[in-house]
Amino acid sequence: MELFREVKIDWLGKKWYFLGFSLIFSVSGLLSLFFWHGLPLDVDFRGGTVVRVKFDQTPNLDHIRQAANKAGIKDPRIQAINVGTASNEVIITLGEAQTSEAALDKGRAAILNALTNSYSATGPSNPGKLDLDNAGRSSLAVWLAQKDPEHLGANDAATQHYTQQADAILNFKDNQHGGLLPSIDSLSGTATPAVVNQLKQDAYLSGFTIRNVEIVGPQVGAQLRKQALLATLYSLAGMLVYLWFRFELIYGVAAVVAVFHDTLITVGAFSLSNQEVSLTVIAAILTLVGYSMNDTIVVFDRIRENLRMSRREPLAAVVNRSINQTLSRTVLTSGLTFLTVLSLFVFGGEVLRGFSFALVVGILIGTYSSIAVAAPMLVAYQDWRAGRGKAAALPAARKAKA
Amino acid sequence: MRKNLTSKTILIFAVVIVFVFGIIGLPGGFSGSALKASILNRIHLGLDLKGGTHLILQVMVNEAVGTARDSDAAHIQQDLQANSITVGSVTSDPSRPDLIEINGAPLDRSSDIRSVLDSKYGTQYDIASGANNTWTLTMKASAVADLKKNALDQAIEVIRTRVDSLGVTEPVVEPYNLGSDQILVELPGIDDEGRVKDVIQSTARLEIHAVLGGPYTSEQDAMQQLGGTVPLDSILVPTKPGVSSTGGVQWYQLKRTAEVGGTDIRSARVSQNPNTNEPEVDFYLTTAAGDHFADYTGANKGKYLAVVLDNKVQEVASIHDQIRDQGNISGGNMSNQQANDLAMLLNTGSLPASLHYLQESTVGPSLGVDSIHQGVMASIVGMLAVMIFMLIYYRGAGVNADIALFLNLVILLGFMGFTSSVLTLPGIAGVILTIGMGVDSNVLIFERIREELRAGKSPSAAVDQGFAHAWTTILDTHVTTIVSAAILFIFGTGPVRGFAVTLSFGLFANLFTAVFVSRVIFEANLNRKQRGEALSI
Repeated sequence: MELFREVKIDWLGKKWYFLGFSLIFSVSGLLSLFFWHGLPLDVDFRGGTVVRVKFDQTPNLDHIRQAANKAGIKDPRIQAINVGTASNEVIITLGEAQTSEAALDKGRAAILNALTNSYSATGPSNPGKLDLDNAGRSSLAVWLAQKDPEHLGANDAATQHYTQQADAILNFKDNQHGGLLPSIDSLSGTATPAVVNQLKQDAYLSGFTIRNVEIVGPQVGAQLRKQALLATLYSLAGMLVYLWFRFELIYGVAAVVAVFHDTLITVGAFSLSNQEVSLTVIAAILTLVGYSMNDTIVVFDRIRENLRMSRREPLAAVVNRSINQTLSRTVLTSGLTFLTVLSLFVFGGEVLRGFSFALVVGILIGTYSSIAVAAPMLVAYQDWRAGRGKAAALPAARKAKA
Repeated sequence: MRKNLTSKTILIFAVVIVFVFGIIGLPGGFSGSALKASILNRIHLGLDLKGGTHLILQVMVNEAVGTARDSDAAHIQQDLQANSITVGSVTSDPSRPDLIEINGAPLDRSSDIRSVLDSKYGTQYDIASGANNTWTLTMKASAVADLKKNALDQAIEVIRTRVDSLGVTEPVVEPYNLGSDQILVELPGIDDEGRVKDVIQSTARLEIHAVLGGPYTSEQDAMQQLGGTVPLDSILVPTKPGVSSTGGVQWYQLKRTAEVGGTDIRSARVSQNPNTNEPEVDFYLTTAAGDHFADYTGANKGKYLAVVLDNKVQEVASIHDQIRDQGNISGGNMSNQQANDLAMLLNTGSLPASLHYLQESTVGPSLGVDSIHQGVMASIVGMLAVMIFMLIYYRGAGVNADIALFLNLVILLGFMGFTSSVLTLPGIAGVILTIGMGVDSNVLIFERIREELRAGKSPSAAVDQGFAHAWTTILDTHVTTIVSAAILFIFGTGPVRGFAVTLSFGLFANLFTAVFVSRVIFEANLNRKQRGEALSI
C-alpha cells in the first residue's frame, strides 16, 4: 500500500496561504493570552488548594457549594469531572488568597469538614464514628487495635493482625470498588466476622472519598513558573546550538522559529480553550519541541542531500522536491504518533488530559510547521541575501561534508 | 550474496534475554500473580500510581543561625567575665539572626576585649568597635552558610529517622533542588497524612530556661508589667493550654538563652507518675550539658525553671536541689499516644529549626489504581493501532517493524528494571509516545528503501542504501529529542522526571531495534529469497 507516490506539490508557491494560516492561529492565541482568558495556570504554578472528591452517586454541585459556604470557604470553584459516562467526581479549587504557606492545610481540612458535616449520605448523625470511606491505612489499623473486636489483647501479634485486616479492607475498597464501598457488609469475604461486626457498629460510609489533594504554596508556585519558562527556553537554545553544529546557523534559526511557532500556537490553544497549563503540560510542550524538531530535521536533511547532488537547480525547486520526497514519511510518522497520542487522549484519563491535549494539538501543528514554516524560511533567507546582492551561499552548496 | 547473520542473531537474542531479565528478574513462580509481584519488585511505581504523600518542606534555617548566635552571645559574656572585663550587656539583635551587640564596654580595656573576641570568635564573626563603647559582631557569610547547611542536613537526618520509625516503606527524604533550604519527602502508601505531618513537623525542641518573671494572665498584661518592652535578654513565652492551674494560657518572662538546649538531650522514655498515674516523659542530658546544668542548678536553688517544648511552656518548677542530667515532662494531660510520640521525637533528636510546608500532594490509592488501568489501556490501544497500521501499509516489512517495536518496549522496560527507575503516569505516557515516535525510524528507513527500489535498485542494494541514508537523519532526530528530555530531567520533578526517563530510555532502545534488529531481519529475509524475487514492503 502506498499513499503518496511521486507527489509534485508546489509548497513554496503557497507560502502566503501558510503565512496567513500561521498568523491567524498565533494571533488569535496571543489575543486570547493577553485580552481574553490569559494563561490559565494549574495549581502547580498558581498556588492554592485542589481537592478531588469521588461520590457514590452523581453529586449536586449546589449542595457542595452551600456546604462550603457554610464552612466559611470563600468562592470555591467546584467542577464536575466528566470521565466517560460516570461523572461522580468533583474537583474543588480554593484560590491562592486562602493559601498562604501558614494556612496551607486549613483549606483541605475545611473542605473535608464541610463535606463530612453536610454531604455524608447518613448526615452528621455519626459523632465519634469512623468514616470508613476516608480512613487511612494506619489510622484504620490503630482504630481496630483499640477496639480489639477479636479480644487479642495489646501485643505485637494483635497489632500485626489488625494491620493486615486494615490492609485487606482498604485494598478491597480501592482495587475492587474504586475507593467507595457499597456497604460494610460487602467486606464479609475480606475481613474476619468480628471485625466486620465492629465496623458495622462503630463505623459508617460517608459516600464520598478524597481521591487527590494538591496544596501548593505561593513560593513553590513562583519557583515552578520560573523553572518551566527556563526549561522551555533552554530547550529551544539547545536545539539551535545542535542544528548550528550539524547544519548551518540559518537552518538552526529556521527550525527554532518553526518550533517557537508551534509552542506559541499550542499555548494559545490552551488559552483559547481555557484549559489549565500544568507541569505535565510543560513536559508535553518540551517533548513537542523535540518532536517538531524531528520533522524539520528530516526535511532539512533531504534539502542538504539534494543540494549536494544538484547544485545548479534553484533553491526553491530543491526545497519543493525535498518536501515532496519526504512527504510520505512526514505524514505517516505524524499520523502514527497522532494515533498513539489520540489513544492517550481518549483512554488516558483525566489526570493526563492536559498533557495529551497539548500533544494532539502540537503534533498537528509541528508537522505543518516543518513544511510550511521552516523550509520556506530557508528560501526567504536566500532571496533576502540575493536581494542585497550577496552570493547565493546556501549551506550545503559550499560545504560538502555530511 | 548471502550474509552470515548467526552472530548478530545470537546478539539480539542475548539482548532480549538480558532485558527480559531486567523486567521480571528471577520470578518466584510462573503464575500471573508471581510474575506481577516480580515485575513490581523491579519496576517501582511512582506516588501518582501507588498512592502516597509528597511533601516539600522549608527549613527555617535562619532560626538555626539565631540559636547559634544566642549561644555565642551567652559565651561571650562569660569569656569577658573570665578575663575580668565587665560590660553593660551582650545582646542578640532580634531582627537579625547574625548580629551580636556589646554595650557599655569599658574604654580602657579595648585592646583586651579585642584580643578575647578575636581569639575565640574571630573565625566566625567580623568584629568591629563602634561609637559609645559598643562592639558589634557580625557572623561571617561563610559561617552563616555552614550553619544553614548543617541545619538542613540535620533536619533531613531527623526527618528520615522519624519517618522510618513510622514504618513507611521506601520513603524518600532528600534536599530539594529548588532552594538551599528545602526538603522533599515522599511517603508511598501513606494516605492519612495528618498524623505523619504532625510527627514530621513537630520541632520537638526541648529547652529549659530560667524564669525571670510571671506568670502573667496575658501577653498584654505581661507587657504592661514589664513597662511596655520586653528586655532584650528575655523572651515572653505562653504556656501550653491546660498546663497552668487556672486552665487558661499564662505567659512567662524567660531568659532568652536556654540553660539546656535542643541538642543536649541524650535520650527519653515514657514513665508513669507514681502519684497521678498519668504518663510522663523522662529525659536524660548529655554529659557536657549535664555538667553545665548541675553548676547552674547548684548555684540557683529556690529559683524557677521552665521546661519549654516547641516554644510553649510545658512545666514550671522550682529548683529544690542540684540536678545533674535528668528531668521529666508531665502535665498538659498527655495521652499515652502523645507521651509515646514525644519520647520518640526526643529520641530521634530535635529539629534544628522549625519547618514550613510549601507543597503537599496526596494521591489516594484508588486514584492510582484507576490511573494504572487507564495508562495501560491507552498504551495497548495505541500500540495495537500502530502495529496494525504498519502491517497493512508495509505488509512483510510491517512484521519487521512490529518486531522492532515490541523489542523496543521490552528493552525500555528492562532498562527501567535494571536502573530501578520509577514509573509514573506521565512515564506511561512516555512509553506510549516512544511507541509512536519509535516507529518514525522504521518509516524513515522503509520509505527510503521504497524510493531506492523505485529507482530500480536490487532489493539487497535498496536495503543497504535505505539504511545508510536514513541513518544520519535518525541520529539527528534522536539527539534533538534526547536534548529536550535531558532538560526536562534537569528541571522536572517527580512525575515529570519519570516521563523524561522513559522517553530517553525508549529512544536509546529505538536506535538499537529500528536500525540494528530491523536490518538483521531484512537480511534474513533476503537470504531466504530467490534472486530477483521482490521484497515485501
